[in-house]
Amino acid sequence: MNLSEETILKIDALIPKYPEKRSAALMIIHLIQDELGSIDLEACEWIADKLELQPINIQELITFYPMLREKPWGKKHIRVCRTLPCALRGSYATCQALEKKLGVKEGHVRDDGEYSIEFMECLADCGEGPVVMVDEETYENVDSVKAGELADLLTSGTLETSKKFVSYENALVQDSNLEAAPKSKPSTK
Amino acid sequence: MSNKSTPTERRIILKNADDPNYSNKISCYLREGGYAMLKKSFKMKPEEIGAEVLKSGVRGRGGAGFPAGMKWKFLDRKSGKPIYLICNADESEPGTFKDRQIIHKDPHQLIEGMMIAAYAIQAKQAFIYIRAEFFEGARILESAIDEAKAKGFCGDKILGSDFSCDLVVHRGAGAYICGEETGLIESLEGKRPNPRIKPPYFPAVLGLYQCPTIVNNVETLCNVKHIMEIGGDEFAKIGKPNNTGTRIWCVSGHVKKPGYYEFECGALTMGEMIYDVCGGLLPGRSLQAVIPGGSSSKILRADERFSGKLKDGTDFDWGVEDIPLDFDGPMAAGTMSGSGGIIVMDDTVDMVEAMANINAFYAHESCGQCTPCREGSLWMRKITQRMCDGGAREEDADLLLSVANQIEGRTICAFGEAAAWPTQSFIAKFRDRFEDKVKNPERKKSSLQLI
Ligand SMILES: Cc1cc2nc3c(=O)[nH]c(=O)nc-3n(C[C@H](O)[C@H](O)[C@H](O)COP(=O)(O)O)c2cc1C
Ligand code: SF4
Ligand code: FES
Repeated sequence: MNLSEETILKIDALIPKYPEKRSAALMIIHLIQDELGSIDLEACEWIADKLELQPINIQELITFYPMLREKPWGKKHIRVCRTLPCALRGSYATCQALEKKLGVKEGHVRDDGEYSIEFMECLADCGEGPVVMVDEETYENVDSVKAGELADLLTSGTLETSKKFVSYENALVQDSNLEAAPKSKPSTK
Repeated sequence: MSNKSTPTERRIILKNADDPNYSNKISCYLREGGYAMLKKSFKMKPEEIGAEVLKSGVRGRGGAGFPAGMKWKFLDRKSGKPIYLICNADESEPGTFKDRQIIHKDPHQLIEGMMIAAYAIQAKQAFIYIRAEFFEGARILESAIDEAKAKGFCGDKILGSDFSCDLVVHRGAGAYICGEETGLIESLEGKRPNPRIKPPYFPAVLGLYQCPTIVNNVETLCNVKHIMEIGGDEFAKIGKPNNTGTRIWCVSGHVKKPGYYEFECGALTMGEMIYDVCGGLLPGRSLQAVIPGGSSSKILRADERFSGKLKDGTDFDWGVEDIPLDFDGPMAAGTMSGSGGIIVMDDTVDMVEAMANINAFYAHESCGQCTPCREGSLWMRKITQRMCDGGAREEDADLLLSVANQIEGRTICAFGEAAAWPTQSFIAKFRDRFEDKVKNPERKKSSLQLI
């Protein structure tokens, strides 16, 4: 298994944060999955060794938790919220629009490995549904029409710079550029 | 001019979150007087803080509504084992999106609340268990913790005292059951999140690593800071007796202005929330049903009436619109305020499809330890899916009810109830729709696909 120096350093820094080594398992799995895309048997053995556990102790996590993977998703992974509040605002149509535009069915990876789509349970942003995530970015109010536009921007590689689709996360960054700007209203203190 | 005024929000927890001049950086938090309550608390004895929290009457905001001060009192301090504090930031009850706002927009408020709580219970270490889909949320918390550590508000020798408490962000991996506190603890121990049976595994006695542990929701822990600001007695005057403080209600579904709104407990009714605060329903639609406290709470039918006697002895006779938004109001109407997630459904909704959608959630999320929950949630999903696929049968309503009834009360954790209550209440209140599916299997043109 080829892990970058950086990831190994992060893993080594992580373990002593916990009173018991085994607690670091999920966070280590995240770090390795972020780099390799999935956790295969070899990775399970490596993590188990690191934490003085048996490989099955890691494998049983991979097979339980929905976001842990034995095989990688596509290069761009699209998550569509399926749960009732989003469904009430059209998330099934959103998912179908994305499936059609990107040429891959929900739960699958496109043959060329570029895209994958996954129906998710509630993403805790129900007031702005349908909610769609592209990798780690969250897009809100993506109805089926907007889903088509979003897919077009995604395939042309211009989603991240698009003004029409600003992710929840990016909107926060823009806010925090105002760091400690003086308050517009006069202070009462 | 109408003489009815729109109820106004009282933002305590979300006071700064949406201020355009505010960000999640410590400089903004300090500018607004941040960490002053930590300083004030560190001049007090730990048990004095616990006493204020008890007096405040603040009830848990994660779903069960258990008084936080009481929970802290149950902590086993005699064993001599280390004590742990865990913030439940798993936020995964469908319809709930309040903790997201705090984590992303005002993380220092949570850290301050947590460090006060950690000092009060004398925790050796504290954790924030955050759902993995909040990728940026976890990064925001981590950098906020770094900022707080650099200023001595967290970590080693807090504020120069002898008290140290490290705060670690731990990410889940997409499983709803990690929100259940004992499942969360198992997950934090690096295992599958199979909930533990209570008794004996009450976290306050046998929690993380079998040590006494307090698990509180994000919003609950933020309240600790505000209790310290005005004192438990003053805090208890906000809201209503037994329903103190504010609550952040999350409204989703078929209203014009869905979103999160913070009000004093009991300051408004369900009707005022839907029609005044959220702008009412979409044009030409009428109210069909409301799920008042996340998808696990029992559904309310628009034309139902609720009557009885309240705890204080007064009689009540309410329609859905009259239910006060607090803890006890929805409870009196036979449901619960749960996590504060209000899901509104108008007359276009096919209730059998809505049921199928909810059942798919619980079937997907059952941890599988208990046979009634694992098998029951699966069969409820299969039956409602079949009904929506054109195969509805006369006996389905009774069959669904019998499956749900055999889950409730027969499982290790409250997920069993959470999975059974929706089905029980949908059948009790919308039985006609389930029967109608046999005769009219097609989805109406006006109804959105929900499964
Ligand atoms: C199936 C299930 C899921 C839960 N999910 C959450 C959750 O996502 N967030 C949360 O704070 N509490 C959740 N809870 C409640 C917790 O078990 C626990 O009661 C809560 O975190 C305690 O904090 P509080 O007293 O501050 O509310 C869940 C409970 C159950 C049974
Ligand atoms: S009730 Fe369901 S979720 Fe809870 S422990 Fe049993 S099987 Fe797991
Ligand atoms: S239902 Fe989609 S974010 Fe909650």
